[in-house]
Order: sequence, then structure tokens, then C-alpha cells
Amino acid sequence: MNGIKIFDSIRNIEITINNHKEEIEKLDQEIGDGDHIFNILRGLQELLNLKDKLVDETSDQIFKQLGMKIMTTVGGSSGALFATLLIGMSKKFNPELNDLNNLSEMFYEGVESMKKRGKSDIGEKTMLDVLIPVSKTLINLKDESNISKVAEKIIIVAKDGMLSTKDIIATKGRASFLGERAKGHIDPGARSSQLAIEAICNQFINN
Amino acid sequence: MKKFVNEVDNILSESLIGFGKAHSDIINVNLSPDFVSRKNKPNKDKVSLISGGGSGHEPLHGGFVGYGMLDAACPGQVFSAPTPDQMEAASNEVYHNKGILFIVKNYSGDIMNFEMASDMIDHANQTVIVNDDVAVEDSTYTTGRRGVAGTMIVEKTIGSLAETGASLDECKNFGDHVNNMTASMGVAFSSCTVPAAGKPTFELSADEMEFGVGIHGEPGRRREKIKSANDLTKEILDNILEDLKPNNNQEVLLHVNGFGGTPLMELYLLFECGQKLLEKKNIVVTRSLVGNYTTSLEMAGGSFTITKLDENIVNHWDSPVHTSSLRWKI
Repeated sequence: MNGIKIFDSIRNIEITINNHKEEIEKLDQEIGDGDHIFNILRGLQELLNLKDKLVDETSDQIFKQLGMKIMTTVGGSSGALFATLLIGMSKKFNPELNDLNNLSEMFYEGVESMKKRGKSDIGEKTMLDVLIPVSKTLINLKDESNISKVAEKIIIVAKDGMLSTKDIIATKGRASFLGERAKGHIDPGARSSQLAIEAICNQFINN
Repeated sequence: MKKFVNEVDNILSESLIGFGKAHSDIINVNLSPDFVSRKNKPNKDKVSLISGGGSGHEPLHGGFVGYGMLDAACPGQVFSAPTPDQMEAASNEVYHNKGILFIVKNYSGDIMNFEMASDMIDHANQTVIVNDDVAVEDSTYTTGRRGVAGTMIVEKTIGSLAETGASLDECKNFGDHVNNMTASMGVAFSSCTVPAAGKPTFELSADEMEFGVGIHGEPGRRREKIKSANDLTKEILDNILEDLKPNNNQEVLLHVNGFGGTPLMELYLLFECGQKLLEKKNIVVTRSLVGNYTTSLEMAGGSFTITKLDENIVNHWDSPVHTSSLRWKI
């Protein structure tokens, strides 16, 4: 793990999310207020702007600074949650570990911090329905030697999590007001999280 | 969209700069990170009160910065929570050696960002969460009840207590107490337009209203045909009284709040409806406040807030206050 790889991932996430812009916007208009995609793209652009400044820093510093940037520029609930994820990840960075071990531990910590910040858990029709299963699977597979195999498995877990939000009646987040009316709709936060994870996994598979 | 605007992206900063200039005798405006703070430092140690939230609710919260009320306010983008660096910077600016008390309306984004600020600052700090809106239990943007027009009553009364040199714990407990004694509910006759969105947040036909609306135009209990002011008053106050369960001859503060697009004439009419109805129920209105204090941009409509008064609350409500939007006895 290093600055170049981290910023490559952000670039890949940005490209993938941009390719699905209309789809995510539509999902959000159905059960939210339609600003999710713009907040995400604005946040990702802010992160990419930091590349020259941060690319040579240690990975924990990079994650921390990325989190702070999201925290101070995105705002609202999503800004607070993504900032918490990144800052949480930065706390578990251990240069002694290999990338998969490291990323698994970091991601698990980040998602746990997010759960606390949002007072939310799996099954509430949010992005956590993608992030929690992914973090658990990563921990289970962290000693696997074939990274591509892990990445392929994670892509499936993320997709299953995303699709699971379709049948949940929301109790948290913006879809919660709609209750029954939001049933049958995929949560836009779950979709964008799943796409982001898929983008990172593809990066590992292609390498 | 017809608004006074130069560049949509600059609305907030231009407005804040104007606000600072118009009230330069009592407040300072800091930009990037944005916060409004009291100009005249208190001459003794006191708990520092900091509130904040999305912009578009003016005069809440910046209009309540000054003697006897808030030490600082952190405005977010329109209807979007402020970010923790704003609260951190405000805390450092207005710290007066007795800790920081955050006053936060119960909206998920506000709660999360103030929690992060609380983790970041080194000063002892506590948070009072205001959730006075009885319209809905969970809503578009909250878990639990929303914080609405009752917030300024909490800010006024804790502000007064803090001026006496009370401790952080005392201020926090009193804030929770005032919140528990306060309940609100409102109705919208028209939508509002968030400048960045450029179009109305929701649509209401000419004879419709949103009953139990939130202060961002987010849905309340139901959409229905408009009614007479007396009928509306009865329906709203029944909900509030069911929550507050006042005793016979209970003394109360009755606050009629406009959402920004309704004339004062109608708000006073609403006050008359409310006072009359409460009198019939043997509830005594001994304090009153009518006006646009917690707004939703240009939304038409308004809300009732009732606070059950005890000796403490009444004394701290009556005490001197000098802010840009609330001023008496000083």
C-alpha cells in the first residue's frame, strides 16, 4: 500500500461512479432527495485534488487527511460517515502487515466506527448493508494468498448486500420516512458503496 | 427561481458578510471556517454556548448570538449540517474557562457533525439535543423527533443561566429540562426553494397544506385540504398538549413562529386563536413570542410552540438579552 495505489483507487472509484451517475441519481430521487450523487462526486474530486500534496505521505497519514478533507467539505450525514470510515481506517494501519491483512483490519475498524457514528447496523437499508458483509468477509479471507480470488469473492458479497436493500423497509437514513413506499427500491448509498468496492477489487484483479 | 442572488455558490458567504456588517456592534463573522461569535467578551468565566445547523432558518442561530444567549453559531450550507472544523474553530474563539455546551437540533447530520466536533476539541464539553417537534417520531432526516422552533427557547434560557456563572453540568441539565417542557408543531402552505436546487422542494396545490411539516419542507404527518385557522389551531395544540400534559392553570410561554413566507398579521391571528383555545382549557399564557424566528427559507406557514413555565424558566426567559434578533431589558 502506498500513496500511488491509494490515489489510483480513488481515481477508479470516481470513474466507476461517474459511469453510473444517472442510475444513482434516479435511485436517490425515488427514495431520497437526489443530492447523493453530487455529494459523492464532489467529495471524490476534492480527494483527487489532494494527490500531489499527499502522494508521498505514509498510508495512515493519507487516510487521515482524506477523512479530514471529506469531513470539512462534504458536510451533512454522508460527509460525517465517510470521514469516519477513512479516519477509522487510518487508525489501524500497520506497516508490518501485508496489504490484504492491513486493508482487512483497517476496513473492519473503519466500518465499526461508521456503525457507531450513525448508530446503525446491517438490515436498515443503508450503505452498511454492503460495507458490513464486505468487512466481515475480508477479515475471514485476510490470510488468503490469492488476492484475485479474494477480490472476486468480495465483488459478489458487495453485490448481494446491495441487492438485499431492495426488500428492506428503511428505518434509518432518508428512505426511512417512506417506510413501505421505499420497499422494492435499492438504496442509493448501498449502490454507490458497492460500485466503489467493485472498482477497488477490479484494480486488484487486473494487477 | 426568483431570489436576490449574484452567484448561487456565494449566497451563504455574501449573506454572512452582510450580517456581520449590519450587526458589527455585537458580533463578529469568521469565514472559512464559517462561524458567528459574540464581539464583546464576557467579563467573567462562563460556560460557552455554541449552536449551529444548516442555513436557511434565519434568524436561527446566528441571530441569537450575543449577551444572554449564544456565544457562537456555526452555519452550514443551506439545509445542510455544519462541519466539525467550524465548531472546533468557534470553540477555540469563545472558550471562557468553564467548558463548551453545544445546543443541537435533532437532525442526523447535525448530530453526527457535532459529535465529531465534540471528539475533536480539547475543552470539556456537553451537548443538549433539542427534539420539540411532536409531529413525527422518525422523519426524512432524523431518528426520533425533530428539533424545531423550541430550540431558540432552549438557547435563550440556557444563555441566561450561563451568564450567572453556572457550571457546565447545571447548564446541560437545565437545557434538557427546558427541552422536556417544550413541544412544537407546524403546518406549511407552500414549499421553499433551496438555491442550489433551483426548484421547489415539494409541490402543494392551491388548496393543500402539509400538516406537521419539518423546517426543511420535509413531509409531516399528512397532506390535506386547508382549514380555518381555528380548526388548524385546535388540531395542532391538541397534539402539543397531549405531549406536554399540562396541569390545570399551568402557566406557559406561547410562541407562534412563522416559516418565512407568512405575514405577521396572520401570525398574530394565529396567536389569538391559540391563546383563546388555551384559555378555554385553563392554561394560562403568561409569556408570548410571535414572529419569524425559525424559518424554512420562503416557505409559507407557521408553527406553535408551548413551553410549560416554572419559576426558573420564567426568570431565565425574562432576563436581559442582546442579540440581533432578540433583545430586551438591555
